[in-house]
Amino acid sequence: MQTAIRYLPLLLLALGWEVTARLHLVDSSALPSLTSVGAAWVDLIRDGELIDNGAASIYRAAAGLALAIVVGGGLGMAMARVKLLDLFVNPLVELFYPLPKSALIPVTVLWLGFGNGSKILLIFLGCMIPVTIGAYNGARGSDHALIWSARSMGAGRLRMMWDVIMPSALPEILNGIRTALALAFILLVSSELIVSQSGFGYLIGYLGSTGAYEGMYAVVLTVALLGFGADRFYQLLMQRLLRWRE
Amino acid sequence: MARVDDQAMLAAAAADLAPEPARRFDAAFRFGAGLFSILLMLLAWELFARSGKVTPFMLPRFSVVLAYIYKDATSGVLWINLGLTLFRALTGFVIATICGIALAVAMARSKIARWFFDPVISVGFPMPKIAFLPIIILWLGVYDVSKISMVVFDGIFPVVTATLAGITAVEKELLWSARNMGANERQIMWQIALPAAAPQIITGLQVALPISLIVTIIAEMVMGGYGLGGAMMGASRFANSPGVFAGIVEIAVVGYALIKAMAFARRRLLVWHQETADHN
Repeated sequence: MQTAIRYLPLLLLALGWEVTARLHLVDSSALPSLTSVGAAWVDLIRDGELIDNGAASIYRAAAGLALAIVVGGGLGMAMARVKLLDLFVNPLVELFYPLPKSALIPVTVLWLGFGNGSKILLIFLGCMIPVTIGAYNGARGSDHALIWSARSMGAGRLRMMWDVIMPSALPEILNGIRTALALAFILLVSSELIVSQSGFGYLIGYLGSTGAYEGMYAVVLTVALLGFGADRFYQLLMQRLLRWRE
Repeated sequence: MARVDDQAMLAAAAADLAPEPARRFDAAFRFGAGLFSILLMLLAWELFARSGKVTPFMLPRFSVVLAYIYKDATSGVLWINLGLTLFRALTGFVIATICGIALAVAMARSKIARWFFDPVISVGFPMPKIAFLPIIILWLGVYDVSKISMVVFDGIFPVVTATLAGITAVEKELLWSARNMGANERQIMWQIALPAAAPQIITGLQVALPISLIVTIIAEMVMGGYGLGGAMMGASRFANSPGVFAGIVEIAVVGYALIKAMAFARRRLLVWHQETADHN
């Protein structure tokens, strides 16, 4: 009941949209009614277009993000433990941090063309920075007493990384990944809008250019809700992963 | 619950704003090492491009890219593109700031506003709002209005969330004493709550500013025309790779300058606050 009251405003907005469209208060091609958008969504699912393009998009985002987590997490923790890396790599991370990652879209296209490779590279490069910084800050804060006792008990470098430093850096790594997750969606959709032959962004652009605005709205809402859902799901996962900390 | 989630999201986005050096005493040494490694990277770029292992199309020499930027700067094209991009990003940022703070104040003062906008903000914040760009183009065309609207739409969420979090976290004692001394609600908001919330508000702005630049550049890339993003996309279409790399260098410099300017503004605006004292 409380949830119902809490989310009532969203329902009201949807209702307002439907009524505005039905009464033709605005041009119906600019704002198709929510029910016709829903019908278009069902059609897109049925003829497989949304599923095919969605699968392409999700594959790109997942591959890029996974690479970014592995490489970025490793690099960040290594930077925190190895003084030399810290001195010379950290400035580069700081240099690339404020670079609006969207600027990389044309370069990745130049390097790898219009297909999957350029999107995966883009998402990897963009998402790596927040994960690296999270891992770096987290690993730097790990308890020295723990590191010393692990060392005195004979743990090697890699073993120490995995068993001591990684768990203590985990909360900040997970936070970095959350930023990266949001970034992955943004980079994915914008690169697909700009240059692509498949994916959510491509489908949005294609439907828009052929005047199938109901379908365009349907895909836009799908992407937006997927982004929202991914974030909420990730939060639940994060809570589970960090349950041992209390 | 959801409000807490949004704040965590904001905190996550703000946490990597300033990777701080570990100790103060080696600040100068770090600066030297940093400069050295950036120069080393540029040198490596130049040498790698000259080595013939990659084609100039894949990676033009850094000196060629610099010459390209210089040529654009003297012909004036660079300044037109730069000016337009900054104009769009900053106009959107300012509108998002004003509207965001106003909305948060309304939500703090009115239960109905809070009830209505709370779920809208917490669902909207994690969404990839850039997906709405084609709809905004459909409504508003491909000129400045639609680009700036997209920036406002994307930038307003962190501002609202941060401001609301700041206002609601103001110490109750401050509010009680002000009320006791006869301040009305308006005075409390403007003279007590908003100044006390300034650090959080500015954190929200620090998150919103890079978003504004990113969104401006994406919008320019999608819609074409003048602006740094449009110029890069044009260069990419004509396989003009020095033009593409020049765009990256230019955008990197702009992004870096904006973030540094914002951090500087933070220190100036919060001179009176504890956090500034802690840093000096």
